[in-house]
Amino acid sequence: MAATPGSAKKRIPLTQQARAYFLRHAQTMVGALGRLSGQPVANVMTVAVIGIALALPIGLHLLVENGRELSGNWESVVDVSVYLHEVADAARIETIAGELLDWPEVSAVRIIYAEEALGEFAELSGFGQALDALENNPLPDTLVVTPADNFTDAETLAGLGEALAAIPEAEMVQVDTDWVKRFNAILQLIRRTVGLTAFLLALAVTLIVGNTIRLDIENRRGEIEVTKLVGGSDAFVRRPFLYGGLWYGLGGGIVALVLTELSLLLLRGPVARLAGLYGSGFELRGLGPGGIAVLIVGSGLLGWAGSWVATSRHLRDIEPT
Amino acid sequence: MIRFQNVYKRYASGRDALSNLSLHITPGEMVFLTGHSGAGKSTLLKLIAMIERPTRGQMIIRGQNVTRIRRKKVPHYRRSIGMVFQDHKLLFDRSIYDNVALPLVIAGLPDREIGKRVRAALDQVALLGREKRSPIELSSGEQQRIGIARAVVSKPPVLIADEPTGNLDPELSLEIMRLFKRFNAVGVTVVIASHDLGLVEQMGHRVIRLSGGQLAGAERPDGSNAR
Repeated sequence: MAATPGSAKKRIPLTQQARAYFLRHAQTMVGALGRLSGQPVANVMTVAVIGIALALPIGLHLLVENGRELSGNWESVVDVSVYLHEVADAARIETIAGELLDWPEVSAVRIIYAEEALGEFAELSGFGQALDALENNPLPDTLVVTPADNFTDAETLAGLGEALAAIPEAEMVQVDTDWVKRFNAILQLIRRTVGLTAFLLALAVTLIVGNTIRLDIENRRGEIEVTKLVGGSDAFVRRPFLYGGLWYGLGGGIVALVLTELSLLLLRGPVARLAGLYGSGFELRGLGPGGIAVLIVGSGLLGWAGSWVATSRHLRDIEPT
Repeated sequence: MIRFQNVYKRYASGRDALSNLSLHITPGEMVFLTGHSGAGKSTLLKLIAMIERPTRGQMIIRGQNVTRIRRKKVPHYRRSIGMVFQDHKLLFDRSIYDNVALPLVIAGLPDREIGKRVRAALDQVALLGREKRSPIELSSGEQQRIGIARAVVSKPPVLIADEPTGNLDPELSLEIMRLFKRFNAVGVTVVIASHDLGLVEQMGHRVIRLSGGQLAGAERPDGSNAR
């Protein structure tokens, strides 16, 4: 007979106890996954719902980030167009262009003569024949002024515009920064919307996980009672459910990642074609390693949090009778 | 070991399960609780197991006043009490090994140590070699032996059993009781609630008779304490 009364923990070194503790956590973690695989259909559906809920804000986020990058490209290449009076002849125009190059704010000046502009327009617009019907060229000679790199902010551009307008031969100066500002404002709005959506959907994910775990707790009532009877602490009883929630979250995160990457794959071709038509080398950006890490860790934490809420509310109620 | 001082237990329904009960069970003693159903046997065991709390009175168990023990401390307290139930309370979705190992897993023992102790406990209830099977494959008597193995695997100083032979035929019942006696022989304090008076008398230990939640009498047959 070996059943001498005494504490079960005596004589076991601390290091071994610590190892046993971590091993037990790992076992519980794997065990929770194994339990989920026991009901594949229901759990795949749960994970898919979580994944779709997460993919939505991520997709919007990528849209905003790509849009911001796009507008950033545009902002840096913004040009100032100076439309000239008809009276200016070619020699005079070149002189003006030469003078402008001496300005510190100006890095390049390109001359587009009226005839060139008309030819280009006819070619690109497909209105060639209609334009032939015009008696004279409606387009002015134009100077396209590219600001120096450190003079591209909106205020400096406005100043440059005024200075250019002061040239006697200039009829009209167009500083096209307004639409960039508007575009950025729209992006700002979308970003705020994305934030709100992300918050609501994160809440939805915790609720989904919480409810799933609540049902799981209900199904395992007997097991919980027995565990408490033989001395299982609240933390011990709770642990497999927390790991279950973690798995739901992680699974949802992976589904969201796959959905996002698939969508990017489908969109990449058309976007590249569109960008090509605008003469841009713009490419859709994905989440990148940092973003993927945030997604996976974040989704895991959401699942864990959902389970934490459910276990806090329901495990206490189950006591042996 | 177990001391009740003027303990009352009134359930939320208003029923008085125990009233003014005082008793003392000494370390290493084996005691039977008898009485009609509703006499308070189960309630007494539930109080020892901290499944229920006394309404009034004091409970001193293993020198500790547990009357107002905090909820958080209950799990640790329960690890010092082995419990056997009439309906075994086994987990049928786990192997016999996992059922018996549960208290040790909770206590945080290393796997190797758990393996040794589980096999030792199963050996004591003559079920060694069936660790991998499910409890559902076994007979009721064998299931009860798994329940006992789980109750003793962490070597608790106190073992309580509520009608452990309630569903068993006389022969199996005797076998189970002998098992308890063997644990008592190595120093475990054993408290068994049973309505099987014939069997109880046959065992020759102190009998605490309850009636209407009160002590109806205690007897100690000759030689019982010496086993």
